[in-house]
Order: sequence, then structure tokens, then C-alpha cells
Amino acid sequence: MQKIIKHILLVLLSVISINTIAQNFPEKSNPPRIVNDYTNFLSNAENQALENKLVNFSYETSTQIAIVIVPSLDGYDPASYAFALGDKWGIGQKGKNNGILILVKPKYQDSQGEVFIATGYGVEGAVPDAIAKRIVNNEIIPYFKQRMFYEGLNAATNRIIELTRGEYTADEYRQSTKGSAGSAIPGIIIFLIVIIFSFVGRARRARHYSVGHNVPFWIALGMMSSNRSHGGSFGNFSSGGGSFGGGFGGFGGGGFGGGGAGGSW
Amino acid sequence: MKKSWITIIVIAVIAIFFYSSIKGTYNKMVAMDEAVVSQWAQVENVYQRRADLIPNLVNTVKGYAAHESETLTGVIEARAKATSTTIDPTNLTAENMQAFQQAQGGLSSALSKLMVVVERYPDLKANQNFLELQSQLEGTENRITVERQKFNNSAQVFNTFIKQFPKNIYANMFDFEEKAYFKAQENANEAPKVEF
Repeated sequence: MQKIIKHILLVLLSVISINTIAQNFPEKSNPPRIVNDYTNFLSNAENQALENKLVNFSYETSTQIAIVIVPSLDGYDPASYAFALGDKWGIGQKGKNNGILILVKPKYQDSQGEVFIATGYGVEGAVPDAIAKRIVNNEIIPYFKQRMFYEGLNAATNRIIELTRGEYTADEYRQSTKGSAGSAIPGIIIFLIVIIFSFVGRARRARHYSVGHNVPFWIALGMMSSNRSHGGSFGNFSSGGGSFGGGFGGFGGGGFGGGGAGGSW
Repeated sequence: MKKSWITIIVIAVIAIFFYSSIKGTYNKMVAMDEAVVSQWAQVENVYQRRADLIPNLVNTVKGYAAHESETLTGVIEARAKATSTTIDPTNLTAENMQAFQQAQGGLSSALSKLMVVVERYPDLKANQNFLELQSQLEGTENRITVERQKFNNSAQVFNTFIKQFPKNIYANMFDFEEKAYFKAQENANEAPKVEF
């Protein structure tokens, strides 16, 4: 039960480090992957097998189960690390918060192995903490102790897939309609002023022209504007889009609120 | 084109520009203020969640460790105190925050005392119901940390925003006040005494 005391202490201590948190975390891989192994914990084939399974599941249901294997927790306890990383990467979909992060720190000679399953706000009901704890203790740790890392992660992800299937469906994707007109107003006003002034100047010249050449005013105006080159471009509106191409489309901006459980071996 | 026309247009543009800049800043402050308030609701939520777990926990422990009535009463009293100390989220001042933290901190220390006591009862520790409650309590403490951090972050964003020039003038004008932060407990740096 000293673990609980340690835990409560860590909770209190971690409040001190509010501003330093989310500093040393790995960046998302590019192209995006749902299985991120920074330690060669898994073989390439195992990694790819998990990747395929989890990417398919995320396309099917929009629920994202990410696996991240890091060499060190940089002094954080596994829970804080997992929540901060999950939030930073935005695992799960925005609005649904249906992301799950399985964080693994392998066992090394000088430190014990840690595993933590963090559940996003939206899947706390499907995978309650006690169930997450059971998955860690019954599915993951026994395999990991025998150094069967792929089997442990495979069994755990299968359990989580079973639990979360049916919670969300892919066609529920929300379309984010953002953008406020308010912030554009000053720009629009300046734009209008520029137009008005240039129109005034041109109209003045057109009036001179129409009088001198016996051409109606409006035609003269039209002629003057057609003389101008219309070669301006409206800047570069780059359309921000994820790279698809058969692979993983990237994380959707889901949030984490402290659900989940972990263990060590 | 008369000169007066140009003057009128220029004055109108300046007026509109100022109006929209104040309006934009004010609306942003309102949005950020709302974000802090809703994050505060999340904080209260997770503390409530912990309070809700306690009657069940106390009952389970009572079944195995009836002698520990003093510790159990301590937990119940601390819980009552914690649930009765609430803050109006639109008035997150340092004093209010300190009172809230003190009440919740009292519950935290009562709970950790209980968890030390529980060590002496192997039967209780093997009880499935107790194990579930324990992992729920752990999860709730995690949620409290996360929501407190998120609250501090959103309060920091708000405070930074309203303190910058020239927004500090608008903030003063519209009475936006600095939000208090969650602070680490005063004794959090001391290791707890474990007596056997």
C-alpha cells in the first residue's frame, strides 16, 4: 500500500511541474503512424502487424488505439507521461475524445519496465480504470515477463478493440466548421477603403477621358480598368490536409482526462 | 471629391478600427474566462468523483477493520468538509482557492492515513471489491492531477492575456480579474512518515 502513498505524493508533486510538463516528449512521426516504437522493442514485422490492425480499427470505428514505446520517461510517473503525451499528440477524434494510448517503457538493467493504458474522456465508460488495470495485469504483464512483447500488446489491443467496438462509428465524424468573421473585419475595412480610393482616382481620370474623347463615362471607366493587369494572386491558401495514401491518416485531436491504469514488471 | 468626404471616411475607419479591436479583445477575454470557468467545473467534477467513492470505500474497510473507527471517522469528517467547501467559479480569488485546496488536502491526507492502516489487514487487501475501489481511487487521483493541470494552464493563458499591454487597460475597464492557481501542498516536499 506504500504504492498508494507514493502515488498520492506523485500527484501532489506533479502539480509543481505544471509548466515544465510536455517539454521533452517525442514528436509525432511523419508520415503519421499509430504504433511508435522508439526503442526497437518490436521487430519490424510485429510493428507492422499491430500498425495494420490498429489503423484498420481506427478507419472502421474512428477510435484510435495508439502504442508508444519510449526508452525513458524523463522522470515522470507513467500516468502523467501518458496523459500529457496523449493530449499533445491528440490521440482520438476531436469532440469524441476516443483515443487510447498504450505507453510502454521497456525493462532495462537499471530500471523496471512500465506499462500504462491511458483512456481518453470518451472511452472511460467502455474501458473503466479497473478493466484497464485488469488488462495490464492479466494480458500484458504475464507476456512481457516472458519477453513476449508482441503477444502481450496483441492480446491487450484485442481486448480493447472488443470493449470499444460499437462505442463509436466512423460515419459519425464531425465536420469542424470553424472560422469567425470578427477577426477579419479590420482587414476587410482596409481592403474596402483601398478599393474606394482607387475607384475614386480612376473615376476622376475616366471623367477627363470621356470628356476629351467623346466616349461615355462608363465605357471609359471600363476601358481604364481593363488596361490594368489582373495578374495579382491572393496569396497562398495552402489547404492543410493529412497525408493519407493507404496509411494512417493522423491523430484527430482527442483529449485525455486521467482515465486508465498501469503496472510494472 | 471634397476633402471633407475623405476626412469623414478616415474618421469612420479609425472609429471602426478601434471598435473592432476593443470588441475583439473583449470577446476573446470572455471566451478565455468561460474556458477557465468550464475547466473549473471539470476540477470540481473529479473531486466530486473522489467524494462519491468514499462511502463505499469506508463501508468496505469497516467490514474488515472495525477497530480503526478513528481513522474512518477522520475520513468521513474530511469528506464532509471537502464537499461543503465550494467556490463560485466566477470568483476564483487566491483566498477562495486556498480554502478549497485546504479542504481537499485534508481529505487527501485522511485517505492516505487510511491506506496506511489498511496495510495491516491482509484479508481486506485480497478482497476483490476493495481492489476495484483502490484502482478507482488511483484513477481518480490521476484525474484530479490532470484536471488541475489543465485548469492551471487555462488560468495561465487567461492571466497572461489580460496582463499584456494594451489589453490590461481593457481588462481593467471591463473588470476582468486575475485567476488564482492551484499550488502544490505546503508539505508535499516532505516525505510522509510511515510508522510501523
